[in-house]
Amino acid sequence: MDASILTILVFLPVLGAAAMLFVPRGRDELFRWIAAGFTGVQLLFACWVLWAFDRGSSQFQFEVMTAWIPSFNVNYHMGIDGLSLPMVFLTALLSFISVVASWKITKAPRGYFALFLLLDAGMMGVFVSLDFFLFYMFWEVMLLPMYFLIGIWGGPQRQYAAIKFFLYTLFGSVLMLLAMLALYFYSEPHTFNLITLISQAHKIDVMLWGIEMKWLIWFALFIGFAIKVPIFPFHTWLPLAHVEAPTAVSVILAGVLLKMGTYGLLRISYPLLPDQTIVFAIALAVLGVINIIWGAANAIAQVDLKRMVAYSSVSHMGIVLLGMAAVVSVRQGGTMAGAQLGMNGAVLQMFNHGIITAALFLLVGVIYDRAHHRYIVYPSDYKDKALRGKLGFGGLAVGLPIFSGFVALVFFAGLGLPALSGFISEAMCFLGGFSTFRTLTIIGTFGILLNAVYFLRAYQRMFMGSPNDKWSGLSDMSPREIGMLAPLVIIIILLGVYPSPALNVISLTMNNLIELVNAASSLAGM
Amino acid sequence: MHTLTLYALIILFLPLASFVLQIFFGRLIGPRGVWLSVGAVAITLVLALTMLFSVVLGSPMEHYPELVWFSLGDFSLTLGFQLDNIAVVMLVIVALISGLVHLYSVEYMRGDVRYTRFFGYLGIFTFSMNGIVLAHSLLMMYVFWELVGLSSYLLIGHWFEKDTAADASKKAFLANRVGDIGMFIGIMLLWSVTGSFTFQGLYELVDVEGGNLFAGQMGLLSVAGVLVFMGAVGKSAQFPLHVWLPDAMEGPTPVSALIHAATMVAAGVYLTVRLFPILTPDALLFVGSVGALTAVLGALIAISQTDIKRVLAYSTISQLGYMIMAVGMGAQQAAFFHLGTHAMFKGLLFLCSGAVIHALHHALEHTGDHETDPQDMRNMGGLRKRMPITYATMLIGALAISGVPLFSGFLSKDAILAGTLAFAQHHHQWWAILFPVAGFGAAAITAFYMFRLIFMTFHGKPAKAKVNRRVHEPSLVMTGPLMVLAALSFALFFTLPGINPLHAEGWFTKIIPQAENLTGYPELGVEHLEHGFHQAHSQAVRLSVGVAGSGILLAIAFFLLGWLDPKAWAQKLQRIGLYQLSRSKFYFDEIYDALLYRPFLWLTAKIAWLDWDLWDQRFIDGWGRGTVKASDVSGWVDYHWLDQYVVDGLGRVVAWMGAVGRKVQTGRVQNYVLWALVGGILIVIVAANF
Repeated sequence: MDASILTILVFLPVLGAAAMLFVPRGRDELFRWIAAGFTGVQLLFACWVLWAFDRGSSQFQFEVMTAWIPSFNVNYHMGIDGLSLPMVFLTALLSFISVVASWKITKAPRGYFALFLLLDAGMMGVFVSLDFFLFYMFWEVMLLPMYFLIGIWGGPQRQYAAIKFFLYTLFGSVLMLLAMLALYFYSEPHTFNLITLISQAHKIDVMLWGIEMKWLIWFALFIGFAIKVPIFPFHTWLPLAHVEAPTAVSVILAGVLLKMGTYGLLRISYPLLPDQTIVFAIALAVLGVINIIWGAANAIAQVDLKRMVAYSSVSHMGIVLLGMAAVVSVRQGGTMAGAQLGMNGAVLQMFNHGIITAALFLLVGVIYDRAHHRYIVYPSDYKDKALRGKLGFGGLAVGLPIFSGFVALVFFAGLGLPALSGFISEAMCFLGGFSTFRTLTIIGTFGILLNAVYFLRAYQRMFMGSPNDKWSGLSDMSPREIGMLAPLVIIIILLGVYPSPALNVISLTMNNLIELVNAASSLAGM
Repeated sequence: MHTLTLYALIILFLPLASFVLQIFFGRLIGPRGVWLSVGAVAITLVLALTMLFSVVLGSPMEHYPELVWFSLGDFSLTLGFQLDNIAVVMLVIVALISGLVHLYSVEYMRGDVRYTRFFGYLGIFTFSMNGIVLAHSLLMMYVFWELVGLSSYLLIGHWFEKDTAADASKKAFLANRVGDIGMFIGIMLLWSVTGSFTFQGLYELVDVEGGNLFAGQMGLLSVAGVLVFMGAVGKSAQFPLHVWLPDAMEGPTPVSALIHAATMVAAGVYLTVRLFPILTPDALLFVGSVGALTAVLGALIAISQTDIKRVLAYSTISQLGYMIMAVGMGAQQAAFFHLGTHAMFKGLLFLCSGAVIHALHHALEHTGDHETDPQDMRNMGGLRKRMPITYATMLIGALAISGVPLFSGFLSKDAILAGTLAFAQHHHQWWAILFPVAGFGAAAITAFYMFRLIFMTFHGKPAKAKVNRRVHEPSLVMTGPLMVLAALSFALFFTLPGINPLHAEGWFTKIIPQAENLTGYPELGVEHLEHGFHQAHSQAVRLSVGVAGSGILLAIAFFLLGWLDPKAWAQKLQRIGLYQLSRSKFYFDEIYDALLYRPFLWLTAKIAWLDWDLWDQRFIDGWGRGTVKASDVSGWVDYHWLDQYVVDGLGRVVAWMGAVGRKVQTGRVQNYVLWALVGGILIVIVAANF
C-alpha cells in the first residue's frame, strides 16, 4: 500500500473518467454517482494517508520512483511531505465536495463529470510529483479540463473567461517550461529530479545576456507561479474566471488551484534557488502586502458577491506571501521563531484559505441557485433609489436562518475572527512578517480592517434590514447543501480552536526548508 | 487538576454551553429553556463569589495554569489563566451583572421573535468576557477581545430588520477593529523584542531590575504601550473611536446595561490596568490625556441629548474616560475600583431606563400610538408615581454616579480626583492642571445631566397624560435586579469593615493594592504615588462634594423648580454655537463620514476602476487585442505579399519566361538550323578562348 498509494490517489479519478465512457445513453444520473464514488474513495485514501503519515519524519513518505523516459532521465517519481500532505487532503476533500455541489448539473453531465475527474487527477498529480517533468505534465493536464469546464458550463461570459484563463496561465507555463529545461540542461548529470536538483541547481554558474542564469530561472519560475497565486499585477484573470465558472469549479479554482502557485514557490523555487529566494524575499513581502491591501480594497468596491469573494482571495493569498517572506527572518534581525511562524503560518493559511474560500463559493452558489442573481446591491437599483428592493436582497436572515447562520460563520472566518481557522494562520503570518519586515507588516495589518469592511457590508446589505418580499418564498438550505458545507465548517472551527493537528503535519518540513534555504545559501556569511 | 483551574474552566465554559444550547436547541426546548441560561450564569456567580471570599479572607489568588496550544520547534504558544485577585474581582462583577441581566431579560425580552437566540448571544458574550478576564497573555486576550466584539455585533444587531440596528452593529465592529489593529501591532512589537505574550513574561522581561529588554529603547516601549492601549480606545469607546457606543444603543436595553455599560466596555480599562506595570510615563501621559479628553467630551454631549439611553451612553463614555484617565495618572487602583462601582450603578441606570422604556412602550401600544418614541425623555415626565421602585432605584443610581457621599461613586470618583490632583501637584508644567480641571469639570457636568434625566423622566407633568395612566411598574423579575444593584450602589458595601476601602487598611487595598510600575521611573514608584494620593485626598473630597452639589442644584433650578428656562439658556448658548455643538455630538459622525468613510469608499471605487477597467480591460486585454492586430497584419503580409506577390510572382515570372520561350518554337526547319548554327559558332568561340 505504501508505495502505490500516491499512484492510486492520482489515477483513481482517471479510472472514474474512463468508466463514464461505458455508461449507456439516457442514464445521466449515473455520472454524478460515479464521480461521487471515485472522489469519495479518493478522499478515504487521502484520509488514510493523513492518518498513516509519520509526523516525526521530515523525509518524503510513500515515495515511489521508476524510470519513465530513461533516455532523458525522466522518472515517475512521487512522494509527499508536510508541505504536500495538507494540499493532497485539501484536493481530495474539495473534489468530493465539489461533485456533491454539482449534483444539479444537467447540461452534458458525461463531459462535465469526466472533465472534473481529470482535473482532480491533474491537481493531485501536481502535489505529489517529485520529478519536475512529471510536475509540469500534471500542471498542464489540469489546464485543459479547466478550460472546458469554464468555457462550456460557465456563466454568460464563459468563453471569454475560459480563453483568458487559459492563455494567461499558458503564458506562465511557457516560462516555467523554459526554466525547467534550463535546470535540466545546466545540471550535471541532467536531471528533472527535484530532490537531486536541490544540491545541483545552485551550482549553475552561467550568464545569459549579462544576467546570471539562476536569476533568469528564478524569474521565469516566479512569473509562472505568480500568475497562479495570483500575485499583483497578474491577478485579473481571477475575478473573471471565478465569476464565470460554475460553483463547483470556482471552489476548485480558489480552493486548490491558487495554492499551486505558492506550493510551486515552496517546492521548487525555495529549495532549488535559495540565494535568489533570500534576496527576493523583501520583494515577496512587498508584493504580499500589495496583494493584501489591493485585493481587499477591490473587494470593497464590488457589487457582485462572487467577485467580492474572488478579490478576497487575492487579499488572503497576500498574507501567505507575507508569511513566506519571513524565511529570511534571522537575516533581517528577527528570530528563528519568526521564520517558523511565518513559513508554517503560510502553509496553514494556504490550507485554511482553501477551506474558507471553498465554503464561501459554495454559499454564493446556494443563493445563486435560488435567486438567479448574487448582487450585494442590485445594479438596476444602484443609482435609482425608487427601484431599490425590487430584486435586491435584504433581510434574508429572517427567512433563511440556517443559510444566514452558515454565511455569518464563514464570513467571520474570512475576516479572521479568532476561534475560527483563518485567524491563527493569519496571525502567524503577520507575526513572522513582523519579525522580518516590520514596516511592511504594519501596512499589511490594515488588511485586517479592510477584510472586515467588505464582509460586514455585504452581510448587512444581503441579510439584515427589512426583508424583500420578492425573496420571502426562498427555501432554506437542503440537507445536501448542509452536508457539503458541514465538513468545511467543522474544519474551520476545529482548526480555529486547536491548530496543532495541522501544524504537527507541517512544521517539521517547513522548519527543514528554513534551514535549507538559509544554510545552502552562498550568502550565508551575509 | 487544581480545583481553582476547574473553577475557572467552569466559569469560562458554562456560558458557552448555554450559547450552544440556545442556538441549536433553543426552539426545540422553548422559551422556558432560557432559565437554563440564567442558571448557568448563576453557577458561575457562585463559583466566582467562592473565590472572592477566599481572597477577602486573606489568601491571595496566584494561580497561573497553562498548556501548550501549539509548538513549532523554536516557538510555542501557550493558553492559560492569569487567576489573580484582579481577575477574581472582575469575574464576580461580570457574573453578577450578567446574571442579573439574564434574569431581567426573561421578562424584558418576552415575546421577542428571537427570544432564545438572545439568551444564546448573552451566553457567548459572557464566555468571551470571562475569557478576557482570565487570559494569561496578550494574544489570548486578543482572541477573546475579538470574540467579545463578535458578541457585541450579534447583540446590537439583534433586531437586524431595523436598518439603524444593522448599521450600528457594523459600525461597532469596525470601530473596534480600528483599535484592534493598533493592539495587534503593539502585541507584535512587544513580542518581537521580548519573545513573550504572557503578562507574567512581559512583567519579568520589562522589569528594570530584571534586565529590561527594552533598555536603551524606552521610546519603543512607550510606542508599544500606546499601540496596545489602542485596543482599549476602541473597546472602551475612548476619543476618537467613541462614536460606536451611542449607536450601540440600538440593541435591546439589557444588552446596553450588560455590555455597553458594565462589562465589555470596561474591558479596555481592565486591559489598561493589566498593562499599567509596563507603561512608561510617556505612554501613561498619552493614556491619561485620551481619558481626560473623553471624560469631558462625553459629559458635554450628554447634557443636550433627549434620548434617555443616549444620555446614559455618553455618560458611560465619560465615566470610562475617567477610569482611563485614572490609569494615566498612575491611580491604577482607583481606576479599577471605579470600574467596579460604575458597573453596579451604570448597570442599574440602564436597567432602570429599560424599565421605563418597557413600560412606556407597552402603554403606547395600548393607546394605539405607534408614532411616539418611548426613549425620548420629552415624551416622559411624571413617571415617579407610576413607577415608584424604578424611580427610587434610578435616583440611587444617579446619586451614586454624581459622587454624593454615602454612595459608592463617591468613594471611587474621589479616589480618581485625588489622583489627578496629586498628578498636577507633582508635575509643574502648566498643562498638568488640566487633568484635575477635566476631572472636576466632568464631575459637575455629570451631576447636572444625571439629574436633568431624573427630573425630565420622573418629575413634572406627564407629556402625555393618557399614556401616563397606562404606565405601570414591571414585575419582580425586572425590579428585583434593580433593587439588588441599587443596594450595591451604597458605599456601605464597599467600605465595610472600615470607612475608606482604599485606605492602606481597607479591604480593597488588601486584595488589590496599587500595582508597581516596572519601567523604573521614580515618579511612578508605589510609595511616591500613594503619598501623593493621600495628601490630595481631603482636598479632593471637599472639592468633589462641592462640584457634585452645584451640578445637582443647577439641575434642580432648571428642571425641577423652573427658576431657569432651559430653552432660553439653550438659545443663549447657541448664540456662540455651543448648544448645537453638544446636541450634534460635536459632529463626529458627520466629520468621519465626510472625511474618512466616503473618501475611502470613493478610493476603493477608483481602485476597482484602475484594477479592472484600466489594467485588465485596457492593458491585459490590450495584449490580446494587440496580438490579434499583429496576426491580422502578419496574415495580410503572408497572403497578400508573400503568397500573392512573392510566391505567386515567381510563378508569374516562370509563366512569362515560358511565354517568351514558347516563341522560339516556331516549327520552321530554317529557324532551327539558324539557331543551331549560331550555337555551334558560339561553342567554337568559347572553346577557342579558354
